[in-house]
Amino acid sequence: MFEMASNLTTTTTPRAVNGHSSIYLPTIAQVVDVQTETAFEKVYTVRLPGGQNLGHRPGQFVMVSIPGVGEAPISVMSSPSRTFDTFKLCIRNAGDLTSVIHNTILPGDYIGIRGPFGRGFPLEVFKGKDVLVAPGGLGMAPARSLIDEILDNREEYGRLIVLYGAKNPSEILFRDELRAWRQRDDIELFVTVDRPDESWVGHIGVITRLFPRVQINPFKTIAVTIGPPVMYRFVVMELLGKGLTPDQIWMSFERRMKCGVGKCGHCQVNHRYSCQDGPAWTYAEALAFEEAL
Amino acid sequence: MSLYILPKERLPGFVDNLRAGFRVVGPVRTETGYAFADIRSADELVLEYPTTILPPKKYLLPQRETLFTFRTGKAEDGAQQIEVEPVFQDVQPTVIFGVHTCDMHGIVLYDKVFSQGYKDEHYCARREQTYIIGIECLRPCDDASFCKDMGTLTAPPVYDLHMTAVDDNYLIDTGTEKGERLLLANVEAHLATTDDIRRLSQTLSAKWPHFRHRLKMTKDQIPSLMAINYGSHIWDTLGERCLACGSCTNVCPTCFCFDVQDEMALNMEEGERARMWDSCQLREFALVAGGHNFRASKASRVRHRMMRKGKYIQQVHGITGCTGCGRCQRACLVDITIPGTLNALYDEMQIDLSSATGA
Ligand SMILES: Cc1cc2nc3c(=O)[nH]c(=O)nc-3n(C[C@H](O)[C@H](O)[C@H](O)COP(=O)(O)OP(=O)(O)OC[C@H]3O[C@@H](n4cnc5c(N)ncnc54)[C@H](O)[C@@H]3O)c2cc1C
Repeated sequence: MFEMASNLTTTTTPRAVNGHSSIYLPTIAQVVDVQTETAFEKVYTVRLPGGQNLGHRPGQFVMVSIPGVGEAPISVMSSPSRTFDTFKLCIRNAGDLTSVIHNTILPGDYIGIRGPFGRGFPLEVFKGKDVLVAPGGLGMAPARSLIDEILDNREEYGRLIVLYGAKNPSEILFRDELRAWRQRDDIELFVTVDRPDESWVGHIGVITRLFPRVQINPFKTIAVTIGPPVMYRFVVMELLGKGLTPDQIWMSFERRMKCGVGKCGHCQVNHRYSCQDGPAWTYAEALAFEEAL
Repeated sequence: MSLYILPKERLPGFVDNLRAGFRVVGPVRTETGYAFADIRSADELVLEYPTTILPPKKYLLPQRETLFTFRTGKAEDGAQQIEVEPVFQDVQPTVIFGVHTCDMHGIVLYDKVFSQGYKDEHYCARREQTYIIGIECLRPCDDASFCKDMGTLTAPPVYDLHMTAVDDNYLIDTGTEKGERLLLANVEAHLATTDDIRRLSQTLSAKWPHFRHRLKMTKDQIPSLMAINYGSHIWDTLGERCLACGSCTNVCPTCFCFDVQDEMALNMEEGERARMWDSCQLREFALVAGGHNFRASKASRVRHRMMRKGKYIQQVHGITGCTGCGRCQRACLVDITIPGTLNALYDEMQIDLSSATGA
């Protein structure tokens, strides 16, 4: 009934019509694996046609779509060090598109991918430094890209400190990895939950409660925080309190996005387009925008 | 490229010849005012028109435009399949006739936005097939325009041909070689003589006194004025008045933001993804899943529009984000105007200054 399947998998670049190609045309990629992380998040492993490498940097995102439903920006969860013929996305069921993805996409199905887009984290600046990563909630997904990249090139970085805050134990992402990280002595991990249940034996309270637990060398530390907008003010206060300067603090901005290529205007933060100039920014840059925090 | 002279009586012949090879659009009279529309016969074209409801941007960025079509379905093994095919809509040889200088400045911005960075070939493919024939403005459109303040009363180098009415003739400047070929292939025009050029110069210098200034500051001061007044209470006052209807952005020649939506055919297997004009004045514009709205108040949205016009576009693209065409003022039901806003911000600063210096 549907015969175009075979040529789909060979489409690597958007086809041209009369010599024109479209920046809005997604590449049709296959979902090869789906894992349920929590009640709200699933991890999708995606393979581009021909197993082409996505070629991204930590902190970049792709536009994910289902034709007929819509398109939305999703961070690349896998690190470049672990991205070969597939990459991973961690998607929360949050609205129109993401609920359809959660409810209908199974291994073998196809989705649209555009990107990678945005400015990622500048690893060349991070190298040789201690890196403190402070993800909140779903921010752990893009943070994974950075953390795994550092773990796989461990000798190129100093200390790796991860301070992770989740609402409650059932919303903690990547429990297997967290367990594995705890076994290593080259990553310092602290996890807290706002609302514990009976089984919880770890830290309790918002993410900022973890900061007093670590000492950092303010001269050689880079901090990265990724989470909901409300979190940034508080985390930044803690980091400034530890003697970091605004240009040592990186954050990722969430904004509505429709195009990903700096045209549609939805993600504007003052005059900057978050999809192009961000979504990763230093706090020093953010300070120059009234609309940032 | 040179100046040509075309007797006015030859204009209809020129238009008709163009119509043989091009879609020709230009200002026509309608019941609600002048509007750019397809020219079906040369006598419909009105070159002495005050302003049009919409700028000619609609030919470069259609109100709704298909980006690609898709087909979805299930393969034999049950897996979902997708096929996509890009669509380049309205790509056809087109002449936009009779573009005012302010609107040409809008096109300069559009060209930058859609060709720089990621090249938007939906726009560029259409644009490459579009000729622009400007018309020199010799009288102000009406009281709403403030092109003189915005420096848009002279034509930017975006036109293929630019016409100035001088007595019984049009003096035509050829902006591009293809424009010159277009002219000479479609009408008998002669190189202007020194006498013609002298009369053109007189016409151009005589027009300036007819246009008035509406702004209390210079165009170059606007970005700083906006920067200093980000926190002004004036935004709250405007926010209370604004109806958040989006009319201002619809009619604006420098607004280009768009939404993207998918539409599914009834068979639920085929459909298309399209983009349509969007407005930062609407509540949903900066709303994200989970309910957070980065510009929840109308005040913040009015301010964002004014900031784009007065500062942001200048910062990103190096050219002014407002052409002074006055359309947003004409379209606004509650009389929110750019000159009114800029002047109010300016006045307020004078008051602050005089109270600070005790003057
Ligand atoms: C740079 C970036 C990275 C992101 N990374 C992830 C991730 O790794 N995992 C994840 O689950 N979510 C991520 N998000 C959030 C995700 O984009 C939204 O949850 C998603 O757009 C919701 O789409 P929807 O159609 O399901 O919801 P609806 O509320 O129905 O949204 C409709 C449309 O509005 C736009 N939109 C709505 N919310 C957002 C939003 N928060 N950000 C951007 N556009 C939005 C999208 O175009 C979306 O299709 C990221 C957002 C940004 C900006």
